[in-house]
Amino acid sequence: MENLVYTALFAPLIGSLFAALFGMSPKKQFVGVVTSILLFVSFVSSAKLWAYVSEHGPVHVRLMDWIVAGDMYVPFGFNVDQVTAVMMTVVTIVSTVVHIYSNGYMEHDKGFNRFFSYLSAFVFSMMVLVMSDNFLGLFIGWEGVGVCSWLLIGFWYHKEDVTRDVNPSISPSWAANEAFIMNRIADLGMLVGIFLIYWNFGTLQYDAVFERVPEMGHGLLVAIGIFLFIGAMGKSAQFPLHTWLADAMEGPTPVSALIHAATMVTAGVYLVIRANPIYSEIPEVSYFIAVLGTFVAIFAASMALVNRDLKRIIAYSTLSQLGYMFAAAGLGAYWVALFHLAAHAFFKALLFLGAGNVMHAMHDELDIFKMGDLRKIMKWTYLYMGLASLALAGIWPLAGFFSKDTILEVAFNEHAYGIWFILWLTAGLTAFYSFRLVFVAFWSGNRYEKFGMHPHEVQPYVLWGMLPLGILAVIFGWYHESFMHFVTKLLPAYEMSEHTHHMTGTLITVTTLIALGGILVAFRLYSHKLKRNEKIENSMPYRVLSNQYYIPIFYERVFSKPYAELSDIAWKEIDMQVVDATVDGIASIVEETGDSARGMQTGNLSDYLKWMAFGLVALAIMAVIVAMKS
Amino acid sequence: MIGLGHYLVLSAILFSIGLVGVIRRKNLLMLFFSTEIMLNAANVAFAAISSYHNDLAGQMFAFFIVAVAASEVAVGLGLLILLYKKRGTLDLDKLTLLKG
Repeated sequence: MENLVYTALFAPLIGSLFAALFGMSPKKQFVGVVTSILLFVSFVSSAKLWAYVSEHGPVHVRLMDWIVAGDMYVPFGFNVDQVTAVMMTVVTIVSTVVHIYSNGYMEHDKGFNRFFSYLSAFVFSMMVLVMSDNFLGLFIGWEGVGVCSWLLIGFWYHKEDVTRDVNPSISPSWAANEAFIMNRIADLGMLVGIFLIYWNFGTLQYDAVFERVPEMGHGLLVAIGIFLFIGAMGKSAQFPLHTWLADAMEGPTPVSALIHAATMVTAGVYLVIRANPIYSEIPEVSYFIAVLGTFVAIFAASMALVNRDLKRIIAYSTLSQLGYMFAAAGLGAYWVALFHLAAHAFFKALLFLGAGNVMHAMHDELDIFKMGDLRKIMKWTYLYMGLASLALAGIWPLAGFFSKDTILEVAFNEHAYGIWFILWLTAGLTAFYSFRLVFVAFWSGNRYEKFGMHPHEVQPYVLWGMLPLGILAVIFGWYHESFMHFVTKLLPAYEMSEHTHHMTGTLITVTTLIALGGILVAFRLYSHKLKRNEKIENSMPYRVLSNQYYIPIFYERVFSKPYAELSDIAWKEIDMQVVDATVDGIASIVEETGDSARGMQTGNLSDYLKWMAFGLVALAIMAVIVAMKS
Repeated sequence: MIGLGHYLVLSAILFSIGLVGVIRRKNLLMLFFSTEIMLNAANVAFAAISSYHNDLAGQMFAFFIVAVAASEVAVGLGLLILLYKKRGTLDLDKLTLLKG
């Protein structure tokens, strides 16, 4: 089984290095093909591992010793248990589809080879993240995906900065830096958490750490839980570190599908699920996670209601769904969080790839108000996106129905009725904004002709490539029973109370009703014709929402600007006046001494001899003085 | 009675004369003479102290110095002749090729 583990892990790395060989040369089609095949190999290995794990239990391999220093011992070990198998399979299947898709999407891009190199490197980092058997390996993967995300958001780094009114994310390089810096802030928290674990547990191996959790003091566990969660907040873009995710949509769309919807942003959820023995011991922190997740769910959904940018709407929806996952994990239903994570990965990646098709057809136009009636031209894309939106809205029998409904049941079961109510409301908002997008872009009368657009459907193989995600978005939910049995071998099982069992039917009906209600409202408002109401669009709440609650501007005024000014002062006053002045002073003293001593160098032997005699006498006098003193 | 002190004073006077010669003289040949005087000042001191302590090591050293001085003069005078042939002078003020 070791070979399968290594194949799954290293195939993307080989693909990445292979593509990197051609990084600077013009487009080579085989680079895309080779990396896609290697990703498929990785996917097959992951799927086989899933089968093996479900029969024989976890696989553990140790590649080599990594850090051996004093008492510290960290091996490069990989552990494939139930949770990891799920994550690996989800990551590789979405990655494979995205790789195939990118062959079509990046067709005319100058950086074709470079793109595949980054994309495969991302998958490798993600695999390290989920497969590592210790916190340090997880951290390495964590940083790796951060770097790849930075590289890929800023893939079109040559674009100029523009003002916020033109493009809310300013420019790809700006967005990339924003994402990276926000993640660094959170990573510091995570690193502190890892240090705390090492200091108190003396090891970083998951199994050894989790074994000793019950002996540890409550305060310590709370601190560890909080610091690890700060890391998760950054990677999974939870409030208040959420602004980077919407801006990350500056990257190519396959990147948004793979990294900023399906895989990387779920790393935070994965961390909480992985560290469940710690979080189960600290219910107050877990409850905070659930509350924050719930808040983010409705907070992000509200911003998605009014946005006009195709990709940003989906990005906010991702944020909102991550909130759902955290709510489930915080309430102790770890397997439900993992289930929603997997289901969400499938339909959200599908939604993003569909958005990529639309973008491609509309020549990179993202404003849905400039589209309309695309269903007549892009039949298959329409079908995929409609399907994904139905799944996202949680309509039976698609994947989102099972996962989201279970989360709502969990909230109900925990008697957290506030959380349940907000999540229930968010389900309605989700249905509304997803179908607002679908109806405005695909129905509501042709508007693109006014802008001189001639949309066309994408290449057939791209559509075929999306099929696996389409199928999974439909059928994945049907297997929630067997999924539960599989992962609860590792994760704590979650039992619904008798009362909840009794209420399940009602809950499902209520949730489905609000989702259908959302769709219906969107249908009434947008399906026939896009009516724009100036009064509403200029009203206060609408502007607050479309400006993302003014949070980016707030951050800029409160953090970025003062920090830039502080840096300016530090540069001009401290660095130039103190540090540089000291260094320059020492250098100029040496230089001036040398300059004045140059007079000695006359070239006349007589003068040299005089200096020699002078030195001799001086030394003799010194020797005499020293001798007399002692 | 002539004691160790007298010899050492003589040696010091000789050494000073040599040192002043090395510093003041501008002719390279004169510099050689001055160094010889300094070397022999050391020889006088060696011989005197050796006899005072009844230790032959000092006198042996004096012989070594005589031998080294002789060979030095042999080589040095050869170089001086060559230098004189090449530059036509032995005045140090005019031999300043290494001026910085």
